[in-house]
Amino acid sequence: MSETASGSAEIDEQTRRDFLIWSTVAVGAVGTALAVWPFIDQMNPAADTLALASTEVDISQIEVGQSITVIWRGKPVFIRHRTQEEINAAESVDLADLPDPQTDDARVQKPEWLIMVGVCTHLGCIPLGQKSGDPKGDFGGWFCPCHGSHYDTSGRIRKGPAPNNLPVPGYEFTSDSTVLIG
Amino acid sequence: MSGGTSNFQSNSRVVNWIEHRLPIFSFLDSQLHQYPTPKNLNYFWNFGSLAGIVLVIMIVSGITLAMSYTPHTDLAFNSVERIMRDVNSGWLIRYIHMNGASMFFIVVYIHIFRGLYYGSYKAPREILWMIGIFILLAMMATAFMGYVLPWGQMSFWGATVITNLFSAIPLVGDYIVQLLWGGFVVDNPTLNRFFSLHYLLPFVIVGLVFLHLWALHMHHSNNPTGVEIKDEKQDTIPFHPYYTIKDMYGLGIMLIFFAFFIFFAPNYFGHPDNYIMADPLVTPPHIVPEWYFLPFYAILRAFTSDYWVYQIISLGGTLMSAKLAGVIAMFASILVLLLLPWLDRSRVRSAKYRPLYRFFFWVFAIDCVILGWVGGLPPEGVLVTIGQWSTFWYFFHIIIIVPVVGILERPKPLPDSIAASVTSAPQAAE
Amino acid sequence: MNMKKTLTAIALGFGILAGAGNAQAAGSGPKPPSIEWSFNGIFGTYDRASLQRGFQVFRNVCAACHSLNLVAFRNLEAIGYSEDQVKAIASSYEVQDGPDDSGEMFTRPATPADHWPSPFPNSKAAAAANGGAAPPDLSLITKARGAGGDSALRVSMFHPGGFALGADYVHALLIGYKETPPEGFDLPPGKYYNEYFPGHAISMAPPLGEGIVEYEDGTAATPDQMATDVTTFLSWAAEPELEHRKNLGIKVILFLLVLTAMLYALKRKIWSDVH
Repeated sequence: MSETASGSAEIDEQTRRDFLIWSTVAVGAVGTALAVWPFIDQMNPAADTLALASTEVDISQIEVGQSITVIWRGKPVFIRHRTQEEINAAESVDLADLPDPQTDDARVQKPEWLIMVGVCTHLGCIPLGQKSGDPKGDFGGWFCPCHGSHYDTSGRIRKGPAPNNLPVPGYEFTSDSTVLIG
Repeated sequence: MSGGTSNFQSNSRVVNWIEHRLPIFSFLDSQLHQYPTPKNLNYFWNFGSLAGIVLVIMIVSGITLAMSYTPHTDLAFNSVERIMRDVNSGWLIRYIHMNGASMFFIVVYIHIFRGLYYGSYKAPREILWMIGIFILLAMMATAFMGYVLPWGQMSFWGATVITNLFSAIPLVGDYIVQLLWGGFVVDNPTLNRFFSLHYLLPFVIVGLVFLHLWALHMHHSNNPTGVEIKDEKQDTIPFHPYYTIKDMYGLGIMLIFFAFFIFFAPNYFGHPDNYIMADPLVTPPHIVPEWYFLPFYAILRAFTSDYWVYQIISLGGTLMSAKLAGVIAMFASILVLLLLPWLDRSRVRSAKYRPLYRFFFWVFAIDCVILGWVGGLPPEGVLVTIGQWSTFWYFFHIIIIVPVVGILERPKPLPDSIAASVTSAPQAAE
Repeated sequence: MNMKKTLTAIALGFGILAGAGNAQAAGSGPKPPSIEWSFNGIFGTYDRASLQRGFQVFRNVCAACHSLNLVAFRNLEAIGYSEDQVKAIASSYEVQDGPDDSGEMFTRPATPADHWPSPFPNSKAAAAANGGAAPPDLSLITKARGAGGDSALRVSMFHPGGFALGADYVHALLIGYKETPPEGFDLPPGKYYNEYFPGHAISMAPPLGEGIVEYEDGTAATPDQMATDVTTFLSWAAEPELEHRKNLGIKVILFLLVLTAMLYALKRKIWSDVH
């Protein structure tokens, strides 16, 4: 009798001890995890970096057929005032010919203004084609010299290793002459 | 490492495969798990592991701060403020690092005074003690250079004053100071090299800590009785779980203390002038180092040309200038601790059984506090005299009192063993 | 038990001893009176209405001579302005930008991302326009004066009677002017006598005359009210993280208390078989 009683008391004691150990370990582990977070979070973009996340651009000076490059979030953004031929060329493409099918319509808000991030979707080089003397590739748009990707007049990938079209950032025309990117 | 053999066994094939090639599991098992530790250690023995943990906290917070800090005289101050204002949790990490420096010194000073009280520096632990002193020196260098990085007024003028100490060295002094500065004043090259070294030295400290632990594990921890382990079964308990849990509990207490300062008094240990950007043309009216340097600063300042100790050691002022004597005394105040194992002649370790030494220990501790107090106040009037007598007493204690007391004192009888002291403890409860 | 008492005493001792940097607060001038700031203590937060009034004082009075370099317009959202209000405030200031495509610097209306523009192009110009003493930047003024920023602990071994904070000093300074210096005080020309300024001869004219600001919320703009409000605003500018810090601190310490209590119970349990 007494033996079983003390035996069960021992087991009881053991259980209580185990419970205390594991609950303490659990609380400690949660605390450690919470304490680690600030040290990781500090690597995320800081408040001042985020505050600069939008750029306002004056586009009134860009002639038809000209392009400008502006900086948005540290990246080049291509703004092209397209000619009517370029618009026609972009609109007349058969979607079946495109590695990343997208209509020109879906890529512009106003057909004459093409705005996109000028970073090749292959490995991050900046494609040529902004200046009048630049090679524009086989499709009259942009050509990335790093690994030979060709983009058309809508900035869509047509040939070469890049997988996707040049991305279009969020933007809005705040007036006829200004556009707010981001 | 010796001490504590491991009877490590595992059923895992992976563990055994690794163990056969790199015996890390049995090593950890013998040094952290089964490691025999005196069963009677009191809470003062927590401060060694606490110091190790604070070192890790400092390294982690320091590395993350370095990700947003810019070591350039034009940008450093604002980059720190950007950390405080714009970087996610930047203020938290910066306050952890700032107050962590103070915590580190609090913990280490208690650790050192514990060693002094219980005679932990005595044979066969002399090298263990000496490595500890080198860790303290490396910590001081690291802390000093870290304080320069925010490029506030105190950063700049602290750097100027401390680097100028080296100009006291005869003949080559001015050359050495220019070498340290990389120019003719403390400037951008100085800031850059301090950043580089501030990043490097903590890892040197880590290396020294491993040597410190290696030496410790050679002869095991001292204990409040100062009596060596005689019978491992009777006198010791395995490190894990007994001391792991005790250390964790102590850590919890320390973190509460630490968190209070981080969150509710983050600039308590700091100096307001360091929130003014460095201006090489305006010296703040009252320059003081961080609190942990104050006793040494008081020793430095004690050496005026009319200080009688200076008159004696310089043979009436002929041997060296008071400036040089002050600099030497300041460094000597730490380096003299290296000699302590040989200065103390007593065969008994613990002050518990040394009533006379115990009395002088507390006088010495109070003397250090007075030095710190004097070091933080302007050197005026009676404070100068107090600082000079406290400086005298600091060296007098270590060089004269410790050896003399060691020879003259009649210690109380020691317990036969650690186990014997523990079983007789209840009757001695205070 | 005795051991624990010794340890507690040592820990407290270090806490008290170590407020050493505050030593400089001693010295010239009387100790500024301690104000019961809304942000004092462990649970303190900034009084929003006072912050906005203080911002009004800063904008209309201080900003004429002092910069506030570390504060961006976007930060004003934290003191209770909406995004649109912040945009409107920002666009009422011109900031320099450039160079443009022809290489010229130009000015444009500020955006929320811009920092508060300085009233002077550089510190030399600021000094020249102010009789040789450049007005200090105010971004960190409450942390850089007196005994510094917010602290729940206000005694140290250097100030056993307690010390005043930077905010107390700034408040006292703003209203601490005396029309006539005391007998025998030689006031240099172009200086003003201030009871709390180190050395007493300050270059700043008494800034807060009765009614110099008309508060939008109708509060009577007495000098003391304005000094309190603008000091609250400047304390926020110096320590914008204060509310978040204290809030997080309470949670962290509560968590640590629970964890430490569990560790203590576990320690007792594990050690119960050691004799």
